[in-house]
Parts: sequence; structure tokens; C-alpha cells
Amino acid sequence: MSRPGTAERPLRVAIVGAGPAGFYAADELLRQPGLVVEVDMFDRLPTPFGLVRGGVAPDHQKIKAVTAAFDRIAGLPGFRFFGGVELGKHVTVDDLKAHYHQIFYSTGAQTDRRMGIPGEDLERSHPATEFVAWYNGHPDYRDCSFDLSQERVAVVGVGNVAIDVARILCRTPAELEKTDIAEYALEALRASRVREVILLGRRGPAQAAFTTPEIKELGELADADVTACPDEVELDDLSRAALEHGGDRATAKKVEIIQGYARRPFSRKGRRLVLRFLVSPVSLVGNAAGEVIGMRLVRNRLVQTPAGTLQAAPTGDGEDLPVGLVFRSVGYRGVPLSGVPFNDSWGVILNDQGRVLDPDSRQPLPGEYTGGWIKRGPTGVIGTNKPDAVETVVRMVEDVASDVYLRPDRPSRAEAEQLVRDRQPRVVSYADWLRLDAIERERGSAVGRPRVKLTRVEDILAALQR
Amino acid sequence: MNIARLLATKGDLVVTVRPEQTIREALRLLARHNIGALVVVDDDRLPVGIVSERDVVRAAARDEEVFALAVSAIMTRDVIVGAPHDDLLTVGVTMTDRRIRHLPVVHRGQLVGIVSIGDVVKAERDRYRGEVDTLHIMILGEAT
Repeated sequence: MSRPGTAERPLRVAIVGAGPAGFYAADELLRQPGLVVEVDMFDRLPTPFGLVRGGVAPDHQKIKAVTAAFDRIAGLPGFRFFGGVELGKHVTVDDLKAHYHQIFYSTGAQTDRRMGIPGEDLERSHPATEFVAWYNGHPDYRDCSFDLSQERVAVVGVGNVAIDVARILCRTPAELEKTDIAEYALEALRASRVREVILLGRRGPAQAAFTTPEIKELGELADADVTACPDEVELDDLSRAALEHGGDRATAKKVEIIQGYARRPFSRKGRRLVLRFLVSPVSLVGNAAGEVIGMRLVRNRLVQTPAGTLQAAPTGDGEDLPVGLVFRSVGYRGVPLSGVPFNDSWGVILNDQGRVLDPDSRQPLPGEYTGGWIKRGPTGVIGTNKPDAVETVVRMVEDVASDVYLRPDRPSRAEAEQLVRDRQPRVVSYADWLRLDAIERERGSAVGRPRVKLTRVEDILAALQR
Repeated sequence: MNIARLLATKGDLVVTVRPEQTIREALRLLARHNIGALVVVDDDRLPVGIVSERDVVRAAARDEEVFALAVSAIMTRDVIVGAPHDDLLTVGVTMTDRRIRHLPVVHRGQLVGIVSIGDVVKAERDRYRGEVDTLHIMILGEAT
């Protein structure tokens, strides 16, 4: 039989996960010259866009503008969306193998990394990702609750997620009303009694993962003063040497801004955002009711690894920090998919440049591929997924040319749709999503907001008359 | 971004050679795997050296009988070893400064991967491309 990829016999690809990685892969596949491709994109949620909808902070609407590019991709001939269809629940890997020549897994990094310290599971100690999913209206997290009657909050970590959480906690209701933050979160934050948010970084300001625009934005909050401890933002000899030799301008700028915050006088704003560096929590302290009332910190110093990286090493000095609410944001981690080999060391699908590998032979499994955070781990910005997707798609195209692909029994659009409808009658199409998108925007414009999200799956399906 | 992220998409095959194996055997491994260097390992499969195509060229320039020599005779012994948490940026600076092109990675007492300067350059390139693309979206409202 002839190789798939022709008009008579299109190459059929299932993409699992409708986040940026999935969309960029779809784009790359559907624009291959001389290859006719059909993409069916699955997502367990009825809505597409993954972390662009559920992760990117609501006060960063400009970043969310990337969805316009995704709409364009979804409009390419050969693209279909199967929303609300979950791998492992409605369809299995074997089902996909019976209907597609290739499968592309882009399910992201769905859990947070644990700190691994005593007291981590006390009440009022949460993964930052749960708070993010909650304020973004993710259906699985909308019913979470966070005790915002606490005055002091610690956020462990200084990456993008930690900064987002701290910033949202410091925004005024007036600032939040201009965003598409979930309605219930807006109400909860309106009643917030949080006065002080402390961000804790285990290394120094030169090693923090946040970007210069993000740190600059903290200095422009309407009703929160940002500050830092002067002795923690002065560079040690190793950091200064690293910055002078081989450091980039962005890092130097970032350090300069943070040092500026340490010198800045307070302007009596209602809230305070404190940047702490060179400290690590060693335990969380609870009361008799099992709720967090504080954390024990150890001060760190920087040491250089043989390969040149500056890492935190604990000193003997400790400190007790009274806090009533803790968010941990020390990294994301991928979740294994049933029937797909996993690399436990790095928390990703076992792969070589996007080709999924057999765990025993370490050779590629024909027809199975991966992209995005579940391929490379949680790193990079949205756009990083584009070169990442290209890398995998190049291999997918090469493999088809070498006659390496799955041999499905039922490789047709109609049969795939039948399978999905049998298993999940309430599947959401891209046309449905566009209707929902219009409904959400309309709800938003009625109250002067960019969008008011529907956050219950039942409400979404009801709005679509399902 | 750290080394772990880079190893995540490279599989975890590290082609190794023993110090007592011959240069000819080492060259066969380089050719078969289409790579530029081998990690020389001891009984515990921990790195004791690196042997690269450049080491072989240097040895061949002064000795016709190079193929029969043991790897240990020409390998670089002063190996810099990386850890999964090493930042790619600093690793890139170290590799450039020390003029090394391959960095074995050891994690919890085990050899878990190797990073080449090409891997570092590619990761940097992809990072910048991604950032440029994201900035385009934010400023112009569209992807490149």
C-alpha cells in the first residue's frame, strides 16, 4: 500500500493536549509541503489552549493574544478539535493506534514538585499551581479554597508562577476587575485581608528565574510597595564574577532593579511585597488545628559547581518567619500517561528529540511522539514550544518517508469521529469553542471586562446546548 | 533552564569505553554512533576520562601505531562533570572558557548523560527564538 500523506490517503495524526505545544505541532504538520495531513486534537477539558487559558495570569492579557494564532491554525484544512475527551478515560492509546498513523502527546507538566520538608501538608499550605488554576477558572480547581483572611503569605520560589501568585495577591479589586480572572476568585480577593506577601528565593537575585519585565511590573502595582532586604541583594563575589564574565545584560538589569527596590522608601501603600533571597524553608510550623502559622528558614550561601553554576548551600543560620498561608512554587512535573513510557528522573515522556522510546530497547516506538513540557520538562515561554514542535515534526515527517508509522485498522476521519462520539457524546468541537468564546467575551463586555469565563463543565455544555 | 531539561529530550544513552580498550575500538564506537567523543568509565561506570576525535587526531599526528594504543594513553583525564541542576548558561560559559566540547553528567553517583557544546548552542538558540516569538505576539499581536 502507498505511504500515507496523499489526498486519497492522508496522514492521520492524533494530538493529545490542546495547549501551545499541540497547536504549534498541528501548524507545522498541516503546513508540510507535499504531505496531506489530518490532525485530530484531543483535550480532556472542553476548552482548548491549556496553560494559555488556565495558567497565564489574568492580568497578562497581551500574552493571551497568542490564541489568535491558534484560531488561525484551527482554521487550517484537516484540523479538528475533540474537547472534553480524556485519554485513559474516554479513549485509550490502543484506540488511537487503531485510528491514526501517528500520535503526538503534549499533555504538559500537570503536577507541582514538592518541597520535601516537614509540615508541607499542613492546612493553608498549597501548591501555587492550584491557586493559579483556581483564579484562572480551571473546572477542576474552581472549588478549591484559600484562606485569604491571613495577613502574611509566603510564596516559596522566584520563578514566573511564584511572581504571578504574589502579584495577583497584591492587586487591588480595581486592577483585577480589568482582567478575565474567575468571578469567584475576584470576589474572594476583594475580601482578602492579605497585607504582606513574601517571595522566597533560595539563591541570589542574579540567579532568580523571573524575567526583567516581570520584576519591573512589581514596582508598578497600584497599592503595594515592593521591597527587598539590602543585605540579601548585594552580590557575593561569585555572582559578581559570573555577571562580569559571561553574564548577559538582562541579568545585570534584573539585579539593578531589585537593588533599587531594596533602597526604595515606602510610600504607605496598603500592601507590601517582600523579595527575599538566599533563604530556604526547612519546615512549616503548624498550630493545634494543623494549620500553618509559620516557617523555619535557613540562610544560604552560594557555592560553585565544577561546571560553573552557582548553587545554594545552607549555612548554620536560621530564622523563624510567621506566616498564615503558604504557596509552594518550586517547579512543575509531568504526569505519566497510561501506556506511554515515562522517564521518571526528569518527569517527562521517555523520548529522543520527540520520538517516544521503548523503555527496554531504548529504540523509538513507531508512530509515537511528544512535544512541549511533557517532552522537555517545564521550561521556556509559550514561543519556546514552536522550535520544540518543529524538532519533533521533522522526525515525524522523516519517519513517514522511511515507512515507519502505525498501521491503523480504521484510518478515516469518519471512523475516528464515531469512536469519539460513542465514548463521549458531549464532545466539544472547535466551532463550539468559538461560540463559547463569543459568549464569554460578551459576558465580559457587559461588565467592562475582557471576558467572564464559564468555569463549570456543566455550565459550558449548557451554554452550548449540550 | 538546566541540564536536566536538555537530557530530557536526548534519551539517556551515553556511549562509553573502558580505559584498556584500544583506540581502534573507540573509533568504531564513534563511527557507529556518529558522535565526537566517548566517556571513559571505570568499573562503577563513573567517568575517569574523555576521549574525543581531536585526541585521536593529535595522537595520530605523532604516532603511526595509534590504533593499537589503549584509550587510557591518549584520553583527557581532567574531566569536568556536570550535574542535572547546572544552568545551561553557566555550563556554556565554562565549556567555552575551558575549551571543552563534551560534559558528562552524573546524578546520584550514576552517569546519566552527556552534554555537547552543540546541545548548549541549540538550547540557547531555541530559547531566544521562543522569546522573540512571544515578544512578537505581545507587541504586534501576532506570531512570526
